[in-house]
Amino acid sequence: MTIQEIQEQIVSEFSMFEDWMDKYNYLIEMGKEVPRIDERFKTNNHLISGCQSRVWLHAENREGKIYFTADSDAVITKGIVNLLIRVFSGQSPEAILEANTDFIEQIGLKEHLSPTRSNGLVSMVKQMKLYAQVYKLKQDN
Amino acid sequence: MNGFTASELNELRNQFPALHQHVYGKPLVYLDNAATTQKSQLVIDRITKYYSYENCNIHRGVHYLSQEATAAFEDVRAKVAGFIHAAKTEEIIFTKGTTESINLLAGSLDGFLIGTGDSVLVTGMEHHSNLVPWQQLCKRNQAKLLVAELDDRGDVSLAQYGKLLEQKPKLVAITHISNALGTINPVKEMIAMAHAIDIPVLIDGAQSVAHMRVDVQDLDCDFFVFSGHKMYGPMGVGALYGKEKWLEQMPPWQFGGEMVDQVSLQETTFNQLPFKFEAGTPNVAGVLGLGAAMDFLNQTGLEKIGQHEHQLLELAIDKLQSIPGIRFIGSANNRAGVISFVVDGTHPADIGTLVDKMGVAVRTGHHCAQPVMTRFDVPGTVRASFALYNTAEEVEVFAAAVQKAVNMLR
Repeated sequence: MTIQEIQEQIVSEFSMFEDWMDKYNYLIEMGKEVPRIDERFKTNNHLISGCQSRVWLHAENREGKIYFTADSDAVITKGIVNLLIRVFSGQSPEAILEANTDFIEQIGLKEHLSPTRSNGLVSMVKQMKLYAQVYKLKQDN
Repeated sequence: MNGFTASELNELRNQFPALHQHVYGKPLVYLDNAATTQKSQLVIDRITKYYSYENCNIHRGVHYLSQEATAAFEDVRAKVAGFIHAAKTEEIIFTKGTTESINLLAGSLDGFLIGTGDSVLVTGMEHHSNLVPWQQLCKRNQAKLLVAELDDRGDVSLAQYGKLLEQKPKLVAITHISNALGTINPVKEMIAMAHAIDIPVLIDGAQSVAHMRVDVQDLDCDFFVFSGHKMYGPMGVGALYGKEKWLEQMPPWQFGGEMVDQVSLQETTFNQLPFKFEAGTPNVAGVLGLGAAMDFLNQTGLEKIGQHEHQLLELAIDKLQSIPGIRFIGSANNRAGVISFVVDGTHPADIGTLVDKMGVAVRTGHHCAQPVMTRFDVPGTVRASFALYNTAEEVEVFAAAVQKAVNMLR
């Protein structure tokens, strides 16, 4: 699936929730799921700055696609990062760089987009795009 | 313990427009008062009036508006002096707030009082604003930062503090009330201990001035600093109190207009107190708003405010302690209306996010006191801090919201 298709799928899933509690319960459930980052990558080098909770993000390039794994000590943050992984993992660097993140607003998590927000969703997206940028440069060379 | 009657409280709340709104469809329960308090209509009106009809630069113009504004501005200085019971009006320096007041001191005392090989004594509960300026000053001077440790309840050990004083630091800089733990330090005793060996003391009053009566002469502190915005006043204004004997001798910190006497291209002589420390056009509207906030606090009565907030604190402790796995961070003997906690198996940021959706504004994180979090081995805490306008019902809503959040997260 393309990034656009996955985002539409998520928007459709979230449209079924009637209130904020259902939505957050879903995020919490997702936060309890893996894919978790390999313990050896839970280092300061993989920490995303700008988050009140700690978020570790790792990326690797396999056959032109980027695969992300992450973890956080806060479960809602982990739910959100897992959503982002679902959208961006397994995609090409170009597709990741071009993608917008309008779906976050569409699923009603707009309040997490403010740059000062404690869970640092903006920082996570920025870091994912940064990885994509780096791998794209590597490919181009 | 008296506090306010229901009708008094209702009347007080009506003076704060920000309290009467809904967030996410729920009535706002504002419990982040240690970060900043809401502003009373009196304060808002005072600022609006200034910009509408009185605006002009002060201390310079011979024209009517300038003289009126200068008089109003200087009236507030006298009001601040009265509010904290300073001996002289000239001992009050207007600043942007607590942080700038401390930076002013650290800048002015650098090389004047504190030099190579000296030391400065702080406690382990300081807000970064009363830690980092001293830490950096020490680094610049190869000086030593001495730290009085906290016990498990969040109290400073006076025995260890006394031992550190024997190292003859040049200055003691301690908070009156911890913003992260709520601890009210026995500052009068700590000041007396330092003065017994002639060491000056700075008290960070950011968390105390709006919650208890402060008397700088009774405390006998050498410096006292606070912010307007944590006492129902505007942001960007605060004060530094200093005993005249210090301020007279200390060199200016920032240079420019207003703080000078005679200027040639080669030489400058400086203005007298308090203007020597007030370079540039001050925040006149902010100062006038601060004056209105102090009027409001005087009318309301700091003793009653303290009683009311203490009642809310006790209720909050009572309501929260039934939550399984809750751990209060800070349980000092003498504490202000601040409650900080973690709950096993949950992250403070998650609790904060969920109670926010229920209309409850609390602070989560390290509260600009990372060494405190390290001391108690927590990533951060959830902190509720009370103000004169909070109600028992709000405390109940808050406790129920935390319980609900914990249920969702486990």
